[in-house]
Amino acid sequence: MTKGKVKSIIANLLTIEVDGPVGQNEICFVSVKDVKLRAEVIRITGNIASAQVFESTRGIKIGDPVEFTGHMLQIELGPGLLSRNYDGLQSDLDDLESTYLERGVYTNALNRKVEYDFEPLAHRSQKVKAGDWLGSVKENWIDHKIMVPFDFEGEAEVVWLADAGQYTVSDEIATLQNEKGEKFPVNMIQRWPVKKAVKTYVDKPRPYKLLQTGMRLIDTFNPMAEGGTGFIPGPFGTGKTVLQHAIAKNGEADIIIVTACGERANEVVEIFTEFPELTDPRTGRKLSERTSIICNTSNMPVAAREASVYVGMTIAEYYRAMGLKVLLLADSTSRWAQALREMSNRLEELPGPDAFPMDLSAIIANFYSRAGMVNLNNGKTGSVTFIGTVSPAGGNFKEPVTESTAKVARCFYALSQKRADSKRYPAIEATDSYSKYLEYDEFREYSEENIQKGWVDLIHEIKDVILRGQECRDQINILGNDAVPLSYHIDFWKSEVVDFILLQQDSFDEVDMNCPMERQKYMINKVIDICRQPFDFEDFEKVASYFKQVINLMKQMNYTPFQEEDFNKYEKELEELISKRETVPA
Amino acid sequence: MITKAFQTVYTKITEITKATCSLYAEGVGYEELALVDGRPAQVVKMNGNKITLQVFPGTEGIATNAKVVFLGKSPTLKVSNLLSGRFLNAYGEPIDGGPAIEGESREIGGPSVNPVRRQKPSHFLGTGIAGIDLNNTLVTGQKIPFFADPDQPYNNVLAEVALRAEADKIILGGMGLSNDDYLFFKKRFTDAGALDKIISFVNTTEDPPVERLLIPDMVCTAAEFFADNQQQKVLVLLTDMTLYADALAIVSNKMDQIPSKDSMPGSLYSDLARIYEKAVQFQHGGSITIIGVTTLNEGDITHAIPDNTGYITEGQLFLRRDPEIGKTIIDPFRSLSRLKQNVIGKQTREDHPQVMNALIRLNADAVEARTKKENGFDLSDYDQRCLKFAIDYAEKLLAIDINIKVDEMLETGWELMSKYFEKHEVGIKQVFVDKYWKNEEGNEEE
Repeated sequence: MTKGKVKSIIANLLTIEVDGPVGQNEICFVSVKDVKLRAEVIRITGNIASAQVFESTRGIKIGDPVEFTGHMLQIELGPGLLSRNYDGLQSDLDDLESTYLERGVYTNALNRKVEYDFEPLAHRSQKVKAGDWLGSVKENWIDHKIMVPFDFEGEAEVVWLADAGQYTVSDEIATLQNEKGEKFPVNMIQRWPVKKAVKTYVDKPRPYKLLQTGMRLIDTFNPMAEGGTGFIPGPFGTGKTVLQHAIAKNGEADIIIVTACGERANEVVEIFTEFPELTDPRTGRKLSERTSIICNTSNMPVAAREASVYVGMTIAEYYRAMGLKVLLLADSTSRWAQALREMSNRLEELPGPDAFPMDLSAIIANFYSRAGMVNLNNGKTGSVTFIGTVSPAGGNFKEPVTESTAKVARCFYALSQKRADSKRYPAIEATDSYSKYLEYDEFREYSEENIQKGWVDLIHEIKDVILRGQECRDQINILGNDAVPLSYHIDFWKSEVVDFILLQQDSFDEVDMNCPMERQKYMINKVIDICRQPFDFEDFEKVASYFKQVINLMKQMNYTPFQEEDFNKYEKELEELISKRETVPA
Repeated sequence: MITKAFQTVYTKITEITKATCSLYAEGVGYEELALVDGRPAQVVKMNGNKITLQVFPGTEGIATNAKVVFLGKSPTLKVSNLLSGRFLNAYGEPIDGGPAIEGESREIGGPSVNPVRRQKPSHFLGTGIAGIDLNNTLVTGQKIPFFADPDQPYNNVLAEVALRAEADKIILGGMGLSNDDYLFFKKRFTDAGALDKIISFVNTTEDPPVERLLIPDMVCTAAEFFADNQQQKVLVLLTDMTLYADALAIVSNKMDQIPSKDSMPGSLYSDLARIYEKAVQFQHGGSITIIGVTTLNEGDITHAIPDNTGYITEGQLFLRRDPEIGKTIIDPFRSLSRLKQNVIGKQTREDHPQVMNALIRLNADAVEARTKKENGFDLSDYDQRCLKFAIDYAEKLLAIDINIKVDEMLETGWELMSKYFEKHEVGIKQVFVDKYWKNEEGNEEE
């Protein structure tokens, strides 16, 4: 393997004089005192390689030896990735013994000792390709497929396959033979370079199936599709992280990968503490059983931050190849972009806008494009849905990360300071936000069949109610309560019903925090009935007090178990309230 | 700092800028300390054998033949119980005339705590100030700054909070403190008779700005010693982080780095996070809580320094002068403690969250009523009552000179609500209203 010597150091950027071939993005180890620090080559000029060290460079001396590994940053894939807490380079945080993160200490990502129940899915002499399923083990409650290594070229023949039984991840479970007659042993671990997309699928159709998150503002108003992409920009204090956590808890996915990228350590601790306690409403199992956390908090080394989002994506793609629905969350992609900026700066590259690297948009676009729903070789489908948060500087969306992300993400969930200030949570602005999937014919077709006829039109209608309400409110504020026609008050209060009953959702209330689609549909129809109703009142004060009663009753409905006694009781009261109103002569 | 015998002495500096100098030397480690003509300096860049040193006190008067020796280690602090009650400079050397500190020598700026070894912060940290304890409750292991304009009495408030907080140790990191403020802290701490639990690291405006860069790391190293090794509750005060960030900008500028927003270095977020994230609740009960000060320019929180700080810290506290009562208050609308949910109503009385929200909501109604009044609209009876309530609320609960226990704050809250409002106007759960509402004699109803 190629060796080298340190030539220069500035912060975590080294230049290394090398004695042999070296590849872009190749991983190398720098020996300093008694530890070896991992670094990644990011530029090569002649026999000088520039590398970013993933840890503190304190104490490195000129001339310190460097060993190259011959491969890019790669991670381990196999059973045992779930319920784990990894750092940005896939070291298992629970396996690190020290209270502090000592540099140069790395662990295996997968436990070598645990035995899994293996069931063969393929058979001897079967022809297989990269990503095809050889067998299956139970990981928590998930059928974890053992696949033909993703980097296997061409077609292979299964010449030997282990019988059902107990095996560890490093036990050999199959032997494959390629077209040239070479034999390859296969165990349950495979390695994959994180910056390369896993492409063992047949094709990637347009997403069309709704991915439920249990949140009305998303599922109903700006739906996310299975295999879709979305982003959540918002100033600090608007609830980005609370929103992502809520999606992680209630998202209707088989696997959730959470990448905490350059954010607060205490927020990650909250996930560590809560997820093993909380129950997944669909399976009744603990949330932590379907979750894997990649965490590079803001005080952890900056260079590993960039790696952490790719590690998350690669694990997501791995589970997608098993035909599973994966939801990948990254909080926040701005911190990742900042890490890129720091490095580009040290490399003395000419800066783009706000000193970010010129290729920032390309890097972001490339990353988002790895999400998607795919058709696998065996006809099954799998998906990676990606939602990232963005932390725009100064809360101003006109900045490079927000702009570059807006170009590629299909859903936009705009968090508004105003809504957050008035405690209207989740603080997503319903009308500024969008979901491009609403425009997809495929989605329209799917919703007609699976939700209800005219669903997409209904959503547009209800969004118009909100817009109309905003106009009326502005007029009332400018002209005063008395100076506007009574209908303005009615329209304004109708939009308040939509706001309080459909938009706002209490993520701390046990019932309201997760609203299934069936229930969302029921309530939106109730609300639209009210909005379509022509009401008449004597004066504007009566409008307010009447609609406050409507809102109160419907809120109680939101807080009680769906179509059970209390819910029905409030619904009945609501119907009486509305029919009473109807009988009042105009 | 003393040089040892038989060290290589270099006397050929090749380049000098205002903050750095460069020379050729061998066997030097990155971030190693050096003395340039007796002045402390640190390796910030190495290119072959060309070493660039950041000279903390500045390079004024340094000649190209100045003596340079390398000390073979990065900056350290001697930690021991002897730190208590001492005033130290940015290098950890006494400035109070006392003896040098003896103790274990630790590298500053060490590694961060493994997230899985942390505990979710969930211990109430009382300060006696209702604007904080009632509305923006602090939790041990939290990090939170005061966002204040330069004319506001933030250092006084900080000293008050420090002296009242239920902490075992208070460590002050003063960066660019005016000499007057330094003397204020010293006097205030001495007068309170609390010196034995206070340690101060001070860089005043008389000291070179680049030295400030060492202060937070010194403070955090001392804090980790007491919080982790001795399982104490440590409160860290950092004032003023804006001046710290300014020093970062100076150095990055001298190193020819491309500035990003507001002329700040592109690494500002990471630089600040590295410090604030030292706040931690250990599983063994020790904790580090950080309260910082970020001075603003005319209240502009979109500037890179407060903006990045806001993304890192767990909330922020705003000071505001309330003209109605002529006192400084903790702004109830703009202030936020993200971790309060972990303790209020759990470690404090059950009605805490509801009372807090009700009071703030009523105060918001008062603000609306005031706007109405200013615009010449007629005020309803409710509006009138809100206005009166708001004055009492500011006086009895928001002003920073209040010093009472949380239970008293809640009682005061109920008194105010009972005085100005009807039960159905406060929007609090019926069980609490039944239990805590005050009748006219000021007694709780049976």
